[in-house]
Amino acid sequence: MIPLLEVTDLATHFATRNGALKAVDGVSFSIAEGEIIGLVGESGSGKSVTGFSILGLIDPPGRIVGGSVKLKGRELVGLSARELRAIRGREIAMVFQDPSATLNPVLTIGTQMRLALEAHGSVSESEARARSAEVLERVGIPDAARRLDAHPHQFSGGMRQRVAIAIALLNRPKLIICDEPTTALDVSIQAQILTEMRDLAREFGTAMIWISHDLATVSSIASRLLVMYAGRIIEEGPVANVLRQPQHPYTAGLLASLPANAERGMDLVQIPGSTPSLFDLPPGCAFQPRCDRRSPACVVMPELTSGGLGRRRRCHHPLNGGSA
Amino acid sequence: MSALVDIRNVSKRFAPRLSLGEKIAARLGQPIETRTVHAVDSVSFEIRKGEVLGLVGESGCGKSTLGRVIAGIHAPSDGVVTLDGAPILGPDGRKRTSRVQMVFQDPFASLDPRIRIGETISEGPIAHGLVSKADAKAYAAQWLAAVGLPADAADRFPHQFSGGQRQRVAIARALAMKPDMLVCDEPVASLDVSIQAQIVNLFLKLRREFGLTMLFISHDLGIVRHISDRIAIMYLGRIVELGPTEAVYKAPSHPYTRALLDSIPKLVTEAEELVSFKPILGELPSPLSPPPGCHFHLRCPRAEAKCREIVPARRETSAGRDVACHFPLEE
Repeated sequence: MIPLLEVTDLATHFATRNGALKAVDGVSFSIAEGEIIGLVGESGSGKSVTGFSILGLIDPPGRIVGGSVKLKGRELVGLSARELRAIRGREIAMVFQDPSATLNPVLTIGTQMRLALEAHGSVSESEARARSAEVLERVGIPDAARRLDAHPHQFSGGMRQRVAIAIALLNRPKLIICDEPTTALDVSIQAQILTEMRDLAREFGTAMIWISHDLATVSSIASRLLVMYAGRIIEEGPVANVLRQPQHPYTAGLLASLPANAERGMDLVQIPGSTPSLFDLPPGCAFQPRCDRRSPACVVMPELTSGGLGRRRRCHHPLNGGSA
Repeated sequence: MSALVDIRNVSKRFAPRLSLGEKIAARLGQPIETRTVHAVDSVSFEIRKGEVLGLVGESGCGKSTLGRVIAGIHAPSDGVVTLDGAPILGPDGRKRTSRVQMVFQDPFASLDPRIRIGETISEGPIAHGLVSKADAKAYAAQWLAAVGLPADAADRFPHQFSGGQRQRVAIARALAMKPDMLVCDEPVASLDVSIQAQIVNLFLKLRREFGLTMLFISHDLGIVRHISDRIAIMYLGRIVELGPTEAVYKAPSHPYTRALLDSIPKLVTEAEELVSFKPILGELPSPLSPPPGCHFHLRCPRAEAKCREIVPARRETSAGRDVACHFPLEE
């Protein structure tokens, strides 16, 4: 069976005065229909650029320099702007961190939703309204039919993000890429949206890529986890499995540094140093200067190798899984 | 432990400053906002010498405003903040003490990009006579060392540092004023996860070394639990619960605290584990028109008629714990 989405050796670079910035450097993964995967990493790890690259949303100086993105077997890299537009919003939709940046402040919600529907087929005014109200209702906006005439500024941050999610759902896409959709929201609203998104994905059979820096959020929605560091996937596997027994020292370090894993008031386990600049990556494994398991072998880039049970890791000295 | 800072009936309101034209337009029915925001609504509590008090709440609850009032940045509309019995603000509304300092969330905004780090750190102490100009360099180096930065950082500019290092600089600047009390407003929120632990550890170390008293404002309940001795929960301008951190986390009394704790996503480490949230219904009401009675009654599963009318007073439920609720949860 062909997967819904298959990303192979994706490389997205940005041309700068200091040379090519390799934001995404050889990323491969696939998603089955209806599957939710979590893409986790810190700022600069390439997680968002991976999401943008799938949708062909990379503008110069950025460019996809290699690899392939296949949606149900169809190659997306190299499609014309027009062909990509037909896919965006219809087959793959995206929800961004900041809903205010997604919504047009001068158009009513109803108009924006109608435009999203019209972009992919002809609908009558009344059909569009009915459809939009139905979807708004589904994402938990009360009094949806009346709210169609409201402008984005009349909604709270949480409600605006619901509207953005409703627009993403309008054309029943096969895949939704969610880039930190709850990061700007309060915990109580985040919990509401996480629950709703999970139920919606299950109900519509929508696959999702959930991009986040927060392991706990991802673990409560995704079934598979990809951890990125400096433009590469460094660990992958079923969520609970990876979090219980991380194999890459970086994943292990992130987990160990959570306050929940320390005695109250005692020092937290910390990963030394800071995330490397993509201009100035160390040779071999990018995590090696911060790693307490490093050896001379680490100056050679490790391959992403199998760690059993659907797991992969990019490390010469993995934990919890024997030798590399 | 005795109280270092006493916050007594403090309120802070922000009224829009309208021009005459705007006032007339508002009278004529133009949609101009004339209502007052009650950011902080008669809050009283004390911060004990040497303790870390966590202040927790969602955005818009007034926690940052309260922090700024305590740090002497905003003058309260009502009430008074005292440090060792003396008001922080003089009769002219200006701050009278340098013993309370503040660390802000965004180290990219809180450091002047055109001033070298050494100068940023020593500027305040020189102005307040804590150090002479001749000794300023050594003084700055001493505080850079205290926060784990090399001495040569003094000659560099903020853009040459990462987010975590900048936050260290901001902390060094606050410490160089030799404060008794540090107000930290979301000091790790804008940092990467792997850097957050480093800064949390720095706060723990500084507390041990200098016996600092801290008000630690955050929306991250995990970090607050780790660092605080006591915790205050704020909702729409009011403190709804206050008590020793572990006791509050283990058995919250206020329904809002309970709901907030239930909303935190937890790490899932068992495949069979079905994650179920019990999200709080609805959203934070607008502080422009807070509901009458208990501010939380619209979202509260335990609300009754009384809650819609009477503001619950904060009262002690057990030793050192108090809650503002008509129907608090039993332990």
